[in-house]
Amino acid sequence: MKQFLYFIRKEFYHLLRDRRTLFILFGMPMAQILIFGFALTNEVKNSRIAILDNSKDEVTLSIIHRLEASRYFTIAENLNSYAELEPVFQEGKIRLAVVFPEQFQNSLLHTNEAPIQLIADATDPNVANTLINYASAIIMDYQNSMKETKEFPYVIKTELRMLYNPQLKGSYNFVPGVMAMILMLVGAMMTSISIVRETELGTMEVILVSPIIPIRIILAKMIPYLLLSMVNIASILIISVYILEVPINGSLSLLLFECFLFTLTALALGLLISSISSSQQVAMLISLMGLFLPTVMFSGFMFPIENMPMPLQLLSNLIPAKWFYYIVKDVMIKGTGLETVWKETLILIGMLVVLLTISIKKFKVRLE
Amino acid sequence: MEASVRAQNIFKSFQSGKTKVEALNDISFEVEKGELFGLIGPDGAGKTTLFRIFTTLMIANKGNAWVDGLKVVSQYREIRKRVGYMPGRFSLYQDLTVEENLSFFATLFDTTLEENYDLVKDIYIQIEPFKKRRAGALSGGMKQKLALSCALIHKPSVLFLDEPTTGVDAVSRQEFWELLRNLQLQGITIVVSTPYMDEASLCDRVALMQAGKILDLDTPSGITRKFSKTLWSASSNDMYQLMNDLKADERVNTCYPFGQYHHITFKGLNQEIQSIEKMLAEKGHVDLTIQKTEPTIEDCFMELMNQ
Repeated sequence: MKQFLYFIRKEFYHLLRDRRTLFILFGMPMAQILIFGFALTNEVKNSRIAILDNSKDEVTLSIIHRLEASRYFTIAENLNSYAELEPVFQEGKIRLAVVFPEQFQNSLLHTNEAPIQLIADATDPNVANTLINYASAIIMDYQNSMKETKEFPYVIKTELRMLYNPQLKGSYNFVPGVMAMILMLVGAMMTSISIVRETELGTMEVILVSPIIPIRIILAKMIPYLLLSMVNIASILIISVYILEVPINGSLSLLLFECFLFTLTALALGLLISSISSSQQVAMLISLMGLFLPTVMFSGFMFPIENMPMPLQLLSNLIPAKWFYYIVKDVMIKGTGLETVWKETLILIGMLVVLLTISIKKFKVRLE
Repeated sequence: MEASVRAQNIFKSFQSGKTKVEALNDISFEVEKGELFGLIGPDGAGKTTLFRIFTTLMIANKGNAWVDGLKVVSQYREIRKRVGYMPGRFSLYQDLTVEENLSFFATLFDTTLEENYDLVKDIYIQIEPFKKRRAGALSGGMKQKLALSCALIHKPSVLFLDEPTTGVDAVSRQEFWELLRNLQLQGITIVVSTPYMDEASLCDRVALMQAGKILDLDTPSGITRKFSKTLWSASSNDMYQLMNDLKADERVNTCYPFGQYHHITFKGLNQEIQSIEKMLAEKGHVDLTIQKTEPTIEDCFMELMNQ
C-alpha cells in the first residue's frame, strides 16, 4: 500500500513540477468554457437592420418601435427608397431590411391583410434564418396585441415556447459539450502521454523490473488525472452557474457521478492509447485525431447527429462523449433524474468495462 | 556451486522493416555467485538485449536463462524482487530530487534507505550533498552513482548494469569501478557491460561479444594470453602516412591505431624488424620507433573479429 501511495505521490510531483502542462490542464478548461460561453456563441444580438417605411403610419411605427426595443436589433439605417437597399447590404452595414409597403395600415384595416417584406443577407444562412425568425416573432407578437382591441377574423396564431432554455442561450448547449471535450482530452491524452513518457525515458524498464504489480502501475497513473479532472469539473460547473448563469436543474450528485464515470472511460482510453503508441508524439496525435475530433464532431454539440448520414450516425454511437453529452444535457439542463438517463449510463459503464479490460490485458509486463 | 546467472543457447532476433536482425545467436555462459562479470563489445553486439532477457523484460526466441536458479520466463515475478537493474540510458526521474528518486525506488521494493544503508553508504555519501537537487541537474558521473544507488537499494542478489560508464568522465569511471569492487566484496553478483575495452581488465571474467555471438570468454589475462602473434607498436612523425605505408606492405598482417601508436602484427612468425624499419625510413619517416608490446583485450578483440 505504501508502495502504491508513493507511486501516486511521484505522479503528482511530475504533474506539479511541469508548469506548462499544469497551465494547460487548468487553464484550458477555464479558457474554453469562457470562450464558448461568451465569445463563440451562435446567438445573434444587436444586429444592425435597415427600415424602409413607405407608409409611415401608426401601425408601422409601432412595429418599428418594437423591433428597436428588442435586444436582437439595432436600427442602423432609415431608408427612403428601394434603390438605397442594395448599397447598404453590399457595404455590409446591415444584415436585415424590413420593408413596409405604401398604405400599410389602410390595407390591414380594410382587407385584413398587409405584407411586410423581410430581406436578409444570407451569406451566413444560419444568421439570416435566426434574424428572420426573430423579426417574424416580433411582428406576430404585435399582431396578437392588436387582436385584443380589434377584430381579426382569420388570423392563425402560432404559439411558441422554448422549453428549458427560454432565452435560447448558447451556453446551455456548450457547457455539456465543453465538459465532454475537456474531460476526454485531459483524461485520455494526459494519461497516455504520462505512461508513454516513462517508456520513452526508460524509467518503465526499471519499474517493470521491480515487485510492483502491473495493475498498481496503471492505477497509480490514473488516480492523479482522475482527481485533476474532478477539480476541472468543479471549476467548470462553478463558472457555468455563477458566470454563464447556466443552472444545474437536476441532482448535483448524479451529475458528478456521471462526470466521474465519463472521466474513468477517458482514462481507460488513455491507457489503451499508451499501449499502442511508441512515442509521446504518437500518443498525442492519436488522442487528438482519434478522440478529440470525434468528440467535437460526433457528440452532437456542434453538429446535430440527426442530420448526419446513416453510417456516421451509427459511428457516433461508438463515441463515449455522445452519451455523456446526452446525460449532462438531461441532468443539468432539463433537470431529469436517473430514470431518463439510465440507458446512457449503462452504455458508458459498458464502454468503461470493455476499455479497461482491454487496456489492462494489453498492458505490457515486458518491453515487447 | 550453483551458477548465479546462466544462459543456455539463447537466440533472439528482431524484425526491422523487412530484414531480420539476429541480435543474439546461440549465447551460452554461466556467471558464478559473487563474480564480477563483464560483457565487452561494441554497440550493436547484443549486450542490451541479453540484459533484457535476464531481467525478464524480453523473452528469447529459443533457449533458456536462469537468474538465481529461477527461470526468466516462468518465474519472472520472483526474479524481479531479487535483481537490481540499471538500464543503459539514464533512467531516473529528472524532475525528482535525488532524495525523492531514492525514496521512490526504495518504496517500490518495499524497503527504505535506512534499511540497507550499509550497502549504499559508500555511494550515497558522495551524492548526499546534492540530495535536494533535481536528478536532471546532476553531472553525468553523479547521475550514474544515483542510478546505482537506486538499483542497489533493495539489496539485490544479482546486479545487472548496462553500460554504466558510457558517457562518464575518466575519473568518475574509475570511482565507479571501485564501487563495484566493494559491492562484490559484499557478495553481490555483478554483470556489467561496457564498450570500453580498458575496463575489461577490471572484471573477474569477461565475454567478448560481437554481432550477437560470444567470441571468447575467459579471465582478462586468459584472453590476452591467447593472443597468437607478436604485437608491435609503431610511431613516427607522420602517423597517417605510417598507417598507409604499413598497410601497403605485404608482410604486414594487421595494422590499426591504438592510442598514440599503431599496433601491428606480421604474417610470418619471425619478422626481420630491421628491414621494416629500413623500408619506412626510406619512405621518409623520421623519429621512427617500433617495439614489442603486450597485447591488451582490445588487441585480442581485433584479432578475434578478423578471424
